[in-house]
Amino acid sequence: MNRIDTVFADLKKRNRPGFSAFLTGGDPDAATSLALLKAMPEAGVDFIELGMPFSDPMADGPAIQAADVRALAHGASLKGVLDLLREFRRENAATPVVLMGYANPVYRFGYAKFAEAAARAGADGVLVVDLPPEEDGELRRAAQKAGLHVIRLATPTTNDARLPAVLDGAGGFLYYVSITGITGAAAAAEESVRQALSRLRQGTPLPLVVGFGIKDEASAAAIAKSADAVVVGSALVQKIADLLDRKTPPAQIVEKVAAFAASLARAVHGARDKAAA
Amino acid sequence: MKQVQATANSLRQGPDANGHFGMFGGRYVAETLMPLILEVEKSYNAAKNDPEFQRELDRYREHYAGRPSPLYLAERMTAHFGGAKIYFKREELNHTGSHKVNNCVGQILLAKRMGKTRIIAETGAGQHGVAVATVAALFNLPCVVYMGEVDIERQKPNVFRMRLLGAEVKAVTSGSRTLKDAMNEALRDWVTHVDDTYYIIGTVAGPHPYPQLVRDFQSVIGEETRAQMQKQEGRLPDSLVACIGGGSNAMGLFHDFLDEPSVKMYGVEAAGHGIETGRHAASLNGGAPGILHGNLTYLLQNGDGQILEGDSISAGLDYPGIGPEHSFLHDSGRVSYVSATDEEALEAFHLCSRLEGIIPALEPAHALAHAARLAPSLPKDHLCVVCLSGRGDKDIFTVASRMGLRI
Repeated sequence: MNRIDTVFADLKKRNRPGFSAFLTGGDPDAATSLALLKAMPEAGVDFIELGMPFSDPMADGPAIQAADVRALAHGASLKGVLDLLREFRRENAATPVVLMGYANPVYRFGYAKFAEAAARAGADGVLVVDLPPEEDGELRRAAQKAGLHVIRLATPTTNDARLPAVLDGAGGFLYYVSITGITGAAAAAEESVRQALSRLRQGTPLPLVVGFGIKDEASAAAIAKSADAVVVGSALVQKIADLLDRKTPPAQIVEKVAAFAASLARAVHGARDKAAA
Repeated sequence: MKQVQATANSLRQGPDANGHFGMFGGRYVAETLMPLILEVEKSYNAAKNDPEFQRELDRYREHYAGRPSPLYLAERMTAHFGGAKIYFKREELNHTGSHKVNNCVGQILLAKRMGKTRIIAETGAGQHGVAVATVAALFNLPCVVYMGEVDIERQKPNVFRMRLLGAEVKAVTSGSRTLKDAMNEALRDWVTHVDDTYYIIGTVAGPHPYPQLVRDFQSVIGEETRAQMQKQEGRLPDSLVACIGGGSNAMGLFHDFLDEPSVKMYGVEAAGHGIETGRHAASLNGGAPGILHGNLTYLLQNGDGQILEGDSISAGLDYPGIGPEHSFLHDSGRVSYVSATDEEALEAFHLCSRLEGIIPALEPAHALAHAARLAPSLPKDHLCVVCLSGRGDKDIFTVASRMGLRI
């Protein structure tokens, strides 16, 4: 069974929203990036979204773009991200990892070769932001053959007419982009997300994961009341950037980012307890 | 914008329903933008079949942009080369000084038809930005133009023109701070303002339907050329030469002739310091297929699929990609894609200024450089059309600095 399915089944049984951390692979360098990944499960992260850096991340805001620039400046590559994942899997067999990125490095690597290599390295899903359902056939078939879920995006602009196309072939979970905008932008209102999720639930049994614009414990907890899981990315990588600016040594960067992730995870995990209380 | 009669073996029937030219093109955008570009496509298909839209477009073309642009026999240049007859398609005489206005007039009419109230665009050399700012002023719509910081520095006159026209020019400081980064920022703006904003892409690239609709709006260049050549020489031209960054002036000139096997076509990419140096902007001659800015096409990239920066004296050609239809025409062999270096373009720039009294933009100077290579060995009855896509006023500072002068 795919680790993503296992984790969401478990979360559902416990009536608990999940928390996912997004980190760019190789940010700020390979060694620190690996240490950050290893620290995530213990911080309470239910699954990891591992960014494959790209020179032109059009759907991302300044924080994640800067993370990609840092990683690439330290020699990151798609192959390097798969190496990181393989290293991570030596110690962790349980935490799902979704590889997230842009089409060109994957296309250049070769869709079929990538799907096999990603599965072998220990990935559970793949989300390519600029490969909409109309263009992802080749990758989708290869990924499914390799046992990877193809994660699809739904957005506030995904209307009822379009939703079936998005859901066709979608696996693992549906990633709901809570705002019309780029990563790290202003947060969506809790109520509008709740309404959107309730509409999406009528179309799919997949778990609904919400990301974009969630930057602190309060906004994460608010969204977690109605989502099956929430993702925080820009705020975490911005933390890395701030610590680097202050010349923080790598070990402390890992410690502080993990502490922030742990705090976010607690807020998310407890969101429904509070709602009930 | 004639209705294309698709025939089985026609090269003019692309793209297919999903925007593919062979393996190239398509719609590689995040889900947030998908419903928007589907709406643009639907509106465009309705507009192009609406005679009222066509009438309005024709009216602005004739009375605002100043079309048709002349097809001019460059006699001194012809005599200088001593071979083929060189004709200039005078797109530099259009209002705003380049072919860019052809596309902008069409797209702003489409934006108006779609009820959009805010216009955004990207620009490299600033020619497209000026054309967008111009039509936005004309239609009284607020306009934001994204431009790389590097380009703002080397194209100051155009930056000031855009501001005079009422546009807000936003400096892009990410990445290489040139055209590709301006396009990234424009796409980010668009996903953030999906309800009210229309994005006027300046070239035959981007997600479907842009490569098609920009080509259709630019095809007036080739259609006029055919009629004008028929009138002046009584026959088809023998060769067409145009510069290529994204490739909109070339696509506009070529498209009407794609099914005429006797017409040879040359697209001229910017070789910068030379293809062999790696410092160039020649996507077809020095790149590989990949995915960027919504389409699959030839790109400058490294082995890991990271996009490389282009390098050209001409800001308008300094783009790491190319329109997907050019990629298709390259692989199919219908069009020959060649290149000219900064030095060759500069030489042609000076030659054209002195011989014809026309200061060309550095972009079409690349096309002139290739015509200079072709013409001498061709027979005197060979008819060669060079697309003079823009005028060179904007480039005088760049050229002066190359000559070691301060002006």
